[in-house]
Amino acid sequence: MKAFIHHFAFEFRTGIRNKQLLLMNYLFPLGFFLIMGFVMASINPLFREDIVPAMVVFAVLAAAFLGIPDPLVNAREKGIYRSYKINGVPAISILVIPALTTIVHLIIVSTIITASAPLLFDAPLPQNWLWFVLTFLAMAFACTGMAVLIGVVSPNSRMTVLWSQLIFVPSMLLGGLMFPFSMLPEVAGKAAQLLPATQAMNAFNGLAMGKVADFSAWGSGLVLIVSGILAFALAVYLFSWDSRNSSRRGHPLLALLVLLPYVAGILASL
Amino acid sequence: MSEAAIEVKDYRKTYGDFVAVNGISFDVQGGEIFGLLGPNGAGKTTTLEALEGLRSPDSGSLAVGGIDPAREPRKLRNMIGVQLQSAGLPENITPDEAMKFFCAYHDMSPRFDLLERLGLSEKRKAQFYELSTGQQRRLALALAVAHAPRILFLDEPTAGLDVGTRVELHDLIRELKGGGTTIILATHDMAEAEEMSDRVAILLRGSIVDIGTPLEITATGTGLTKVSVCTQTSSLADAELILPAVEKQTTVNDYTIFFSTDIGPTVSAIIGHIEASGDTLIDLRVERPSLEDRFLEITTAGGAK
Repeated sequence: MKAFIHHFAFEFRTGIRNKQLLLMNYLFPLGFFLIMGFVMASINPLFREDIVPAMVVFAVLAAAFLGIPDPLVNAREKGIYRSYKINGVPAISILVIPALTTIVHLIIVSTIITASAPLLFDAPLPQNWLWFVLTFLAMAFACTGMAVLIGVVSPNSRMTVLWSQLIFVPSMLLGGLMFPFSMLPEVAGKAAQLLPATQAMNAFNGLAMGKVADFSAWGSGLVLIVSGILAFALAVYLFSWDSRNSSRRGHPLLALLVLLPYVAGILASL
Repeated sequence: MSEAAIEVKDYRKTYGDFVAVNGISFDVQGGEIFGLLGPNGAGKTTTLEALEGLRSPDSGSLAVGGIDPAREPRKLRNMIGVQLQSAGLPENITPDEAMKFFCAYHDMSPRFDLLERLGLSEKRKAQFYELSTGQQRRLALALAVAHAPRILFLDEPTAGLDVGTRVELHDLIRELKGGGTTIILATHDMAEAEEMSDRVAILLRGSIVDIGTPLEITATGTGLTKVSVCTQTSSLADAELILPAVEKQTTVNDYTIFFSTDIGPTVSAIIGHIEASGDTLIDLRVERPSLEDRFLEITTAGGAK
């Protein structure tokens, strides 16, 4: 337990000390929140209604997909995990602690966004706080799990960026952050349901913000939780201690199994 | 010396078609400093990694403190300390945090005294990337020895260090040996290996081509002993002079240099010649073939004894 606490404390401080992580955990989400609040809300007043959930989802996407995978890959490439292995640091700590510390940073950022949005942009607050918090945690769990999985299976930093952007960019465009899910063409809407951002926005709308969900809000919550569990399980299974280790337990493409809950969600909504 | 701390028997490791280590066997006695030498790609790192529990052998057996590193890595971790060639630390960690972090995983109190001892007291709050190469290596060594391991693996411990730091680290290594720690020293620095090691093994293309004390290894070579002599009237600088056991001779500045196969008769003859000529000896130096000479001889020839 003492080791876990020291490890957690160090990782948490790294999230602030490291300039790249500080940018992804705090500066980018909060800066984007201010820009979107001042610009987007004046262009489209209806955007005010979605500022809180949309910017919380954005913060999670940025911190998870742009913040977590690259340090994992770099640490493996630099032999840091070899040193961890020799000293008895378990693989599960290596994978879970960065996700947990990111979630703590996200709680801070999301609290700032939620508290300041009504004051700055006249944005509505959640109607059901419990479901708001639970949906946030489910979203953070799913996204950090997926981000850790990307860090585990990416062979290098270039591939990490590619995989992360494959989720981040479509999430921004189709995830219901910029405009409502209901405006998407049917095929694009189905494709969007493969993204954690779409599921999170749907769950926020249906369970916490007092709006009508576009598809099952409970189902979205369930998809996020199951995909989070699957992502962490796959990450632990596919983890390798160093880049020269050829004894990885499974093929990296097994990571795509993390999409199964989303596919099941789409099939269930047909 | 006590019983074997490390036993390696017919250890073989391949990567695809490439044979990294080809059935080597050796043992290291408790309390010994054992040098592992070889050019890049010789199999040193593959051997160390197997002993540290990072790689499984394709065949053969390894025992570190009586434990099979591949099968019982958990038992191994409190017994061994490893200073990796690359520091293996996150760039944002401070020496204080690193000490707390690793000691906590070894279930013991942090050894901040080691940071003081290794001259890191002023850098305890600095982040790892802010430390100089020497400070990074000293921190790596402090972390490797913090849990008082019985067996210590050092991979190029003094590479890139200044003379003062190097001497400090050598003193610490000797102190650890004095306390009974068994030390495996992988290095490219032949002078360091010769000075520090009780025994060395020279690896070449995955095989051990020579093993023994540095003296034994240098003695098996064909290298000639160099005798440099400076006298008042340079009476030895006569090309016609024939001395026993001398294979060749040359003159550099005021010194006449003889290359001898048998040092005793050569030096006696030199002294005799100086006295007979009424000359006066100013300086006489004898340089035996070094471990580096023998290493170069082996690796250039690419063969065994």
